[in-house]
This record gives sequence, structure tokens and C-alpha cells, in this order.
Amino acid sequence: MTKTDRLAKQKSRNQKVAFALFQFTSYIVVGVLFAILAFIIFKGIGVISWEFITEMPKEGMTKGGIFPAIVGTLCLVIGSMLFAFPVGVLAAIYMNEYVKDGIIKKIIKQMTNNLAGVPSIVFGLFGMALFVNKLEFGDSLLAGSLTLGLLVLPVVIRTTEESLKAVDDTFRQASLGLGATKWQTTSKVVFPIAFPNIITGLILSIGRVSGETAPILFTVAAYFLPKLPTSIFDQAMALPYHLYVISTSGTNIEASREMAYGTALILIIIVLISNLLANSLRKYFGKKVKMN
Amino acid sequence: MKTNFKNIKEKIIETILMLSSAATSITVVLIVFFLFIEGSGVFSKKPIEDGFLLAVHSTNPINKLEPEQVKDIFDQKITNWKQLGGKDQPIVLFRTEDITNFYTDEELGANFEHFPAKINEYVTKTPGVIAFFSDKYKVSNFTGKELDIDKVKFFEFLSGEEWYPTAHPIAQMGVKALIFGTLWVSFGAILIALPIGLAAAIYLSEIANKKTRNILKPLIELLSGIPSVVYGFFGLVIIVPLIQKVFGLPVGETGLAGSIVLAIMALPTIITISEDAMRNTPRAMKEASLALGASKWQTIYKVVIPYSASGITAAAILGIGRAIGETMAVLMVTGNAAVMPSTLLAPLRTIPATIAAELGEAANGGLHYQALFALGCILFLITFCINMIVELVTNKKAHKKH
Repeated sequence: MTKTDRLAKQKSRNQKVAFALFQFTSYIVVGVLFAILAFIIFKGIGVISWEFITEMPKEGMTKGGIFPAIVGTLCLVIGSMLFAFPVGVLAAIYMNEYVKDGIIKKIIKQMTNNLAGVPSIVFGLFGMALFVNKLEFGDSLLAGSLTLGLLVLPVVIRTTEESLKAVDDTFRQASLGLGATKWQTTSKVVFPIAFPNIITGLILSIGRVSGETAPILFTVAAYFLPKLPTSIFDQAMALPYHLYVISTSGTNIEASREMAYGTALILIIIVLISNLLANSLRKYFGKKVKMN
Repeated sequence: MKTNFKNIKEKIIETILMLSSAATSITVVLIVFFLFIEGSGVFSKKPIEDGFLLAVHSTNPINKLEPEQVKDIFDQKITNWKQLGGKDQPIVLFRTEDITNFYTDEELGANFEHFPAKINEYVTKTPGVIAFFSDKYKVSNFTGKELDIDKVKFFEFLSGEEWYPTAHPIAQMGVKALIFGTLWVSFGAILIALPIGLAAAIYLSEIANKKTRNILKPLIELLSGIPSVVYGFFGLVIIVPLIQKVFGLPVGETGLAGSIVLAIMALPTIITISEDAMRNTPRAMKEASLALGASKWQTIYKVVIPYSASGITAAAILGIGRAIGETMAVLMVTGNAAVMPSTLLAPLRTIPATIAAELGEAANGGLHYQALFALGCILFLITFCINMIVELVTNKKAHKKH
């Protein structure tokens, strides 16, 4: 065997080993995902029943259901979206349709990126200082929704901007050429085309909001509250906080383990369904826009 | 006339749009404002509980004590005034609840109405005393001497290793152990996640065929959608007992458990960003390398990886940033012991976990409350710097390309 042959053989052996290792590692990562999902589904599926999702917690949260936590999470999702969605969409429209490249755009972009990188517990601190204490909303759905709304604002802005960018410039030119104003063009032509894609941002944010715990710790979440909130100034239970409480500091951690599995499963179902829905919508509409 | 109206309408709409897009900038400014206003308050306060005081005998030459010294006195590490530069005199500790050792119930009165007078009497007759009591028990003609306590100092706040923000009589607010705890678990997490993440990114971008990638990539992205409290729960019921068993530890809630959970959480970020960077390697470069007789593997580690180095760096830094700010999962699995970490196999405590665990109990506006906001400032600054670095690294690359 010549030297070159030996080298070539060694080369291909190295490559095979390396590639096998990389492939193995990737499957491990996906394996971890399945391990987590399988574990929670397996342990939680037996707990979930109609009673579990429609009853109040009982006996120090060791029995009964998680109805108030589901309702609380739902309220928080709706509340935060009512705030974040309009503001985020309008912001993205301004950034994409109105501002020219320059210092203002740069600053706003930079700030949006920074806001996206702020740890969620800092949002909790901020929400507590501003909404709960300064504006005197108290621990309430309103304070929690606003805090969560600010948290997902960058997500909404980013996805909306991408959707607007995907709209072909010829649409804008045609509309402006026909004598429409800038706002008419944006609201009647660009926005409707981009709308399906914008919705994916909304769904993505819903997933994010329903899973966040740290920002609601001090702005809305109640430890144990076996009744439903009646106004936006009420405290409420929420699924992620409930899971935290019954798995770490509940009255009887061992006895409430079953409920914890069930709660984790419900939470995962909500979050994953919204993520999957957003992904498939994005794919579906992505294709459609390209076809036009 | 009509065009005029239209113009006004357009202007109004544009203003609304502008205000909306300013919302994020305003929020960042407000966050900084509120965090730093509340957080800086800690440095204008004495680390003694509101409404309490420390007093000594009027003949005691000592007028002022450092918080650290007060703590050592009450821990009985310092037992003689001489050690503090006073007279050679043993220190006698006095707390409010000790009063029943010296006076009978009758002497104190049925409703403790003589309580303040008796405290004064005891302090006056005990030369070596240091007394800690509420100032509502201080009689108007108090004959002891009130001690002056130093305010919390910025440098001591950062360098102190002990975090007992609610300790009596004096709070210890050293955040060094918390900062180190945070960095310790985060770097542990990156040490685990980076090799795995890079390997997976290389596989996805260079080796796997399109079909495999289209299946694997969304699955990996799903990992990032799982709420952190679920990761914490998973860590609590699976990883913590596992670590306890494998290493034969008394408790499984350790820095290592935190690092593993954080590593799993950081993986999607690292994989997605470094995969994107690798896929941006120009085709011509790869083809040139292959044409020169390099194998695919050689091309990957001699061409693709160096080319995407900045993207990979950004991914690693961003991963660290996420890990540093992560709260719930860490809170649930690291055991929350505020001690200087020496090994990953011991419980430790991070900044976000401290805030999450303690803010609920801290009195609004009090010393503890403000100290937690100061922690929030530190956390905000760390993550802010990390985001800036990422921005710089990725921008530099964008410039290079053009």
C-alpha cells in the first residue's frame, strides 16, 4: 500500500467515526425531547379526566382539579395579547413601512433586541415595581397581563416584521400608483396579504405566555385560590405557577405529585399545540405567498 | 379640503404607529429606571431592621460598628470589647426576649408596661452590654448610648460572601456567592451543551440529508417551547434523584442538576444559531476545499467551522445569557443554598432563583426588597452586556460578507 492510499484510508476512517458521532449526538438531543415528553405524557395521562379540568382543587391541592388555574392562564393569555398584539403589530408596521433606514430605526431595533434578551424574572421585578406598587394595581390580572404583554412584545414585532417583509413590493407600488395613500396601501393591501403570517406570531406568543412563571410570581399568581377571578383587579391562579407550587412547596408534596403530572401535561399540551400550529401555519402560508 | 383632511388623518395614524414602535424603547428605559431606583435604595440604608436599634453602655468608648463586626458579636465570635478597640470587658449580649431572664413578670407589669424602663435599667447597670431592641421600647430619657451602624456599602455588597438579608440583628448582604453560583451553573451548562450542540449543528447542516433535517430541526426547536417550569419539574423528579444515587450524595439538588437542566434548555438556541451560521458558508469555499482533495470531514473542520466561528461564538454567548437569566428550572433543582460554590456537587443559589424565592416575603420598600432589586440590576446588566456582545459579533460578520 502506498503512503497516499494509507492516508486516504485514514481520512475516510476519521470521517466515518466523526460523522457517526455527530449523527448519534443529534439523535440523543431529539431523544431527550422524547424522553421528557414521554415521561410527562405517560405519568400525566392517567390523571387527566373531565373532573380534573373542571373542578376546583381540594384538600390542600392534593385532590380535585385545576379549573381555576386553567381559567387564570386563559385570562392572562387574552389580557396580554389584547395589549401586546395591537402595539406589536402597529410597531412592526411603522418599522417596516414607514421608517427609512437610519438612526431611529437602528435604535428601536436595538431596543427591541435588548428587550427580547431581558430575563423573565427581571420583567417580574419591573412589573411589580411599576404596575403592582407604583400604579397600585395590586397583585392582579391587569398587572400580570401587562407584564406578560411586554415580555412577548418583541416576539410579536419580529414575526410581524418578517411577514410584512415577505409581501412583494409590487403590491405597494401598484396601490400607491393608483393614488392610494400610504395608510390605505398598508391597511388595505399589505396588511391583508401579511395577515395569515402575522397570526403565527400571535399563536407563538400565546404558547410563550402560557408557560411563563417568573413574571407572574409577584404580579398576579395566587398560591391557592379556589374561586374564579371576577374582575381584572383580582388575583388568579395560573397553570405554570400551580405546577411550581405543588411540586416544590405545596402542603403535601408527595400526595400532590399526581396532580403535578396532570398539570404538567395540560401545560405542555397547550404550549406545544400552539407552537406546532404556528409552525405549520407558517409553512402553509409561506408556500402560498411564494406562489403568488 | 378633502385632501387636507386625508393628510391630517395620515399624520395621526403615523403618530400612533410611531408611538407603538417606541413602546419597546420606552419599556427598556422604564425597566432600567425602576430597577435602579429601587435597587440603589439599598445603599442609603443601614443593614439593621427598620425601627430597631443597637445600644451600649454610656461609658463604652465605641460609637460605631461595621455590620460585619455586629454579626461577629452576636455570633459570639467576638466576645470582648478589647477586640474592637474598647475596654477589656466581656461583651454581654442582650435581646428583647432575654429580658425575662433578669426580671420577673410582676416587675415587667401585666401588659409589659414597664418593659422599656427595665431595658433602660438593665443597659445602665451592665457596662459590657450590647442591646438590640425595637425603638418603641426606648424610653425618652434613655441612658445608654445608641450605636451608629454603617450604611450598606456598594463594594461590600458585591464582595461579601454571605447572603442573610433577613438575619437579626444585622442583615448580611454579600452577593458574591450568588453571582458565582449563577456563573458556575451557567458555565457548567455551556460545557455540557456546547459540544453536543455543535455536533448536532454540524450533523444537521453538513451531513444529514434534507429529509432528515426537515424532521429533526423542528423537533429540536420544540425543545425550546417547553416551559421552564416543566423542565424544572422534570429535573426535580428525574435528574435530581438520579444524581443523588449516582454520586451517593445526601441531597441531589445540586449545581450539577441545574447545569444539566440548563444545558437541555440551551441546546435549541445553540443548535439553531450555529446551524444557521454553518449553512451560510459559501458553497464555493466548500467546493474549493473538496476539489483540492480534502475529505468532507476535513472541509467541515478546516473550512466550515472557521468560517462560521463568529456565529458559533454568538450561539455560545447567547446560550450563556439564557442560562444566566433562567429562573424557575434552576430554582427547583439547585437546592438554593447561598454559599460560595466549590464543587458542582453541592447545592448552590443563583441570582434569579434568589429573587424568585425571596421577593414574596420581602416587605415592600424595605431593605431586603431593595437588595433584591439590586440583584435584578446586576442580572439586567450582565444579560444586557451579553446581548450587546452578541450583537457586535453578529454585526461584524454581516459587514464582512458585503
